[in-house]
Amino acid sequence: MDATLVAIYVLVLATFVGFEIINKVPPTLHTPLMSGANAISGITIVGALAAATTAETSVSNILGGLAIMCATVNVVGGFLVTDRMLQMFGKKR
Amino acid sequence: MTKDFVLGWGVPLLYLLSAICFILGLKLLTKVRSARKGNAYATLGMLIAIVATLIKVGTVDYRWILGGLAAGTVLGLVSAMRVPMTSMPELVAVFNGLGGAASLLVALSTTWLRVIEQPTAPGPQPLMATLGGAGAVMVPLSILVGGVTLTGSVVAFLKLLGKFGYERPILLPARHLINFLLVGGALSAAAIFALVPLETPQVRELALVLTGVALLLGWLLVLPIGGADMPVVVSLLNSYSGVAAAAAGFVIDNTLLIIAGAMVGSAGLILTKIMCVAMNRSLLNVLVGGFGQGASSGPAEASEYVNVKSAGPEEAAMVLENATSVIIVPGYGLAVAQAQHAAKELSDLLIARGCEVRFAIHPVAGRMPGHMNVLLAEADVPYERLVEMDVINSDFRNTDVVIVLGANDVVNPAAATDPASPIFGMPILDAHQAQTVFVVKRSLGAGYAGVKNVLFERDNTVMLFGDAKAVLQGLATEVKAL
Repeated sequence: MDATLVAIYVLVLATFVGFEIINKVPPTLHTPLMSGANAISGITIVGALAAATTAETSVSNILGGLAIMCATVNVVGGFLVTDRMLQMFGKKR
Repeated sequence: MTKDFVLGWGVPLLYLLSAICFILGLKLLTKVRSARKGNAYATLGMLIAIVATLIKVGTVDYRWILGGLAAGTVLGLVSAMRVPMTSMPELVAVFNGLGGAASLLVALSTTWLRVIEQPTAPGPQPLMATLGGAGAVMVPLSILVGGVTLTGSVVAFLKLLGKFGYERPILLPARHLINFLLVGGALSAAAIFALVPLETPQVRELALVLTGVALLLGWLLVLPIGGADMPVVVSLLNSYSGVAAAAAGFVIDNTLLIIAGAMVGSAGLILTKIMCVAMNRSLLNVLVGGFGQGASSGPAEASEYVNVKSAGPEEAAMVLENATSVIIVPGYGLAVAQAQHAAKELSDLLIARGCEVRFAIHPVAGRMPGHMNVLLAEADVPYERLVEMDVINSDFRNTDVVIVLGANDVVNPAAATDPASPIFGMPILDAHQAQTVFVVKRSLGAGYAGVKNVLFERDNTVMLFGDAKAVLQGLATEVKAL
């Protein structure tokens, strides 16, 4: 099977996984879930890391470096802030 | 272990492990008991993904990578640690925008590297030839979706801050036509990009034009949507940022990006739908925008109200003295005034006097679903005392006192009784059925949706004007003195 075709299979199946795992969510968790999912979408960092691998000050490296920075803020900040929110729910137990 | 084995099997298997962590993480995030563990799983998944990628990248020059990682980590840490709980919705919007920006930048960087700086084929080539079929479709898509996510999130952020277009959505004339033309323009630019052989300067120009159109489109799409709908918009943009990540996965041929992006895309869409259902609106209805325009007068003015009674803390405390059941309805005013601790203090005082105190949580109270739960949990209000709308609504008629704390539209009876009201049909908390309703509010200004609240004119309603925290502290002092 062609590699692109495999990628399309993966895309469609993963989309269904996403639909299936989120069925019932208590309103309490809407914001943390949104924030956590948002942090996961920072996975673009994987693409960004491969986008600036030489020393020169080229346009592609500058764009790649900026991409790494944005994605890192998204990932680090996103997971941390989600944990901070969820910590609030945990402590009364 | 040979290098081939590490790159051919090791890294892909680590990516698979990371994808499993994301799936388990998202799943656990949907239950209160396990949510924190879910977030930890997802974080672990991300860590594995980053390590695997660094192994794959191997020995290269790390100055740009380390620079970006360091700057991003500092910014992420500082903002996540320092932003108060009350501003979570704004922060989520900003992070979301940065996710979109990252996808946009990865696509642009790839274009520059593989088409302009180190072309894989000589002479003018279409994207189809330099990046392959998937790349030719996905680079423009990544730019478009990433750009829309970025500026859309910025507008949502500004609206959440109340900077502009908050009470009254901004409606440009012929906005649907403008958007339609922009989408059409973007798609044709994308098609030219993919199929027509272009000289270097033209590639540069076209990439910038596409970026510009995407940024403009994101701005224009969110502009007409009212402030009340921002949570839905942020959630939808979150879904878009997943789509952008999946598109970027096709560009750089990375399965993990496709899996994680697709999952966030669909999970975000479901969450958006759940939020829309809570507001009794359709997604299309939200996106078309112009919420609140049904009322031709726009935001309600204080002068429109008649028969409004108001009282001070002493009088209110005397009513509370005889109450055996109290329901507190928190809203965004509680967040603005940082009044969650004061609310907890007052509820403890009343409970000590033998009164039953509960908090009624409307699904969309505050600026984001679950906003109130987070704030009250921060103030150590026990989880059992927070009751959801469907459960508590039948209890209001047997309740002595309801204290509405900076909530507005979610207790507006017009949503149930007045078909002409723009919020007609939205489920509300039936606070008006209680014996006495105290509304703590700074003024008679309009709420989120810019609609007059008929609750304020009711005979059993008494306004307690002032900042929510100050009023609650005043009430607490008076109750202590009883």
